[in-house]
Amino acid sequence: MRSEAGLRRAPRGLVAAAIAGLAFLHAPLALILLYAFSTEDASYQFPPPGLTLRWFAVAWQRQDIWDALALSLRVAALSTLIALALGSLAAAAMARTRFFGRESIALLILLPIALPGILTGISLRSAFNLANLPFSVWTIVLGHATFCIAIVYNNAVARLRRLPASWIEAAMDLGADGFQTFRYVVLPNVSTALLVGALLAFALSFDEVIVTTFTAGQQTTLPIWMLSELVRPRQRPVTNVVAIIVIAVTFAPLVVAQWLTRRSESAGSAR
Amino acid sequence: MAGAIRAVPRARALRAASTALWLRPRLLLALLLLPPLLWLGVVYLGAMLALLLQSLFSIDEFTGMVDRTLTLRSYAELLRPAHVDILIRTAAMAAAVTLACAAIALPIAYYMARYATGRSKAIFYLAVMLPLWSSYLVRVYAWKLILAKEGILTWLAATLGLERALEALLSLPVVGGTALSVSYLGTFTVFVYVWLPFMILPIQAALERVPQSVIDASADLGAPPPRSFRHVILPLALPGVVAGSIFTFSLTLGDYIIPQIVGSSRLFLGQAVYIQQGTAGNIPLAAAFCVVPIAVMAVYLSAAKKLGAFDAL
Repeated sequence: MRSEAGLRRAPRGLVAAAIAGLAFLHAPLALILLYAFSTEDASYQFPPPGLTLRWFAVAWQRQDIWDALALSLRVAALSTLIALALGSLAAAAMARTRFFGRESIALLILLPIALPGILTGISLRSAFNLANLPFSVWTIVLGHATFCIAIVYNNAVARLRRLPASWIEAAMDLGADGFQTFRYVVLPNVSTALLVGALLAFALSFDEVIVTTFTAGQQTTLPIWMLSELVRPRQRPVTNVVAIIVIAVTFAPLVVAQWLTRRSESAGSAR
Repeated sequence: MAGAIRAVPRARALRAASTALWLRPRLLLALLLLPPLLWLGVVYLGAMLALLLQSLFSIDEFTGMVDRTLTLRSYAELLRPAHVDILIRTAAMAAAVTLACAAIALPIAYYMARYATGRSKAIFYLAVMLPLWSSYLVRVYAWKLILAKEGILTWLAATLGLERALEALLSLPVVGGTALSVSYLGTFTVFVYVWLPFMILPIQAALERVPQSVIDASADLGAPPPRSFRHVILPLALPGVVAGSIFTFSLTLGDYIIPQIVGSSRLFLGQAVYIQQGTAGNIPLAAAFCVVPIAVMAVYLSAAKKLGAFDAL
């Protein structure tokens, strides 16, 4: 059978192109890892003249980095909580209903991640100016929560649509009221999707820089700290270490989210 | 005991509320939608409309104050040659980045959709997802390391004896420059790198839905593989390419960080907006600049909708 053979063996050119593409995606990240150990502190010299762990100790003692990290974590946690509440409410409303204006609402929810972030940033900044709102943690959170809603919404709405309507009907036939049905039937079934949405929203907020530059004022989140180093490199070795910290903090929720999705999907197909 | 007695009316009230809501699904819908719509309406749409309104204001050139009478002066200013140059440069870059992303993404997406199975598919998927979700700034930073004069690219060229090729590349008109890190070529490479995953995933989703039987039929009818690819697979992958291009195009239009870090001093749209609202203090002009990507994306999205790109998302 031609199709069977075709399914097994890909043309060599295709394999080479696919592998080259993946290498292009990953080699730069690997390079970042290497540079954090370089002994060179004034240039981006390759190959590194020597390897050392010294810069991790130097970065550890830097209070400005700790402050930036703490602010980023705080903003990400607050934005995630707000987005989790608003995104799941929207998903609950939109998952199974049809009404006039539904498409427009769906578009409105997705717009903050579909349009360039600079638009969100500059409109929020000018609105803060018009409203005489001073910059604070909350002005950053306001911007972050807005685009995080879409992430939570996407995950929750997909899971809610896969939840069989007959389960809800069964619970109500058995005498549960709406709140009990929600508590004992709906919530346990969408909790992983909500958790995944929250993890992704956290990672997105932690890493965000484009909107943040407009809404942060004088405050420094970790990405803003990095951006200032990128524009005017002054302390390359410490920046390399911070890059690794950023990778670590964003990768952890992603890997957990990926694992949770795969697990809940395989459980779903087993049903 | 007392608690249990007090709990009875509470449970009854809850049940009554539940029944009331069940009987009025519209009310429930309104209650659910109210908080998110209030947030998005006030914070996002409100701010956005305020910005658009400001594009109709103008700035007094002597005092530097914003004059709040409605006028199209900012839009007229947008048409000055220097500003038109910025718009054309940005659109050309977005188009070039989109094409390059499509060309690199197609083989990866095709392999993922048609040949990878089980474990290898999961690995491919993760390999595309991780760069997509990993830090944008860190990935841009990585290219600063790569493109630096003393960096790995120069070293590679020297090791492989390709210094001449690198020099030839840099001496190209327009796209070249004194070093890769200060040329359009560098900016372009970083853009392609950073947005590539956004292109791979929708194409893969589109190709995933092409039944094997369609490709078999094409082969049975005598089409050699390149011809099947050209006339069967590519048209079916197109909605995916268009869906991916929404991201690559829109993200390139609005980005002001990449051209600032890797590139020549010639401005892109995002940088122009940033400078106008910041150091120049000309919010009306910045707002007028912002209208351009909104308009371009509105046209783009409606065209994409016609091509069925949203099903591939």
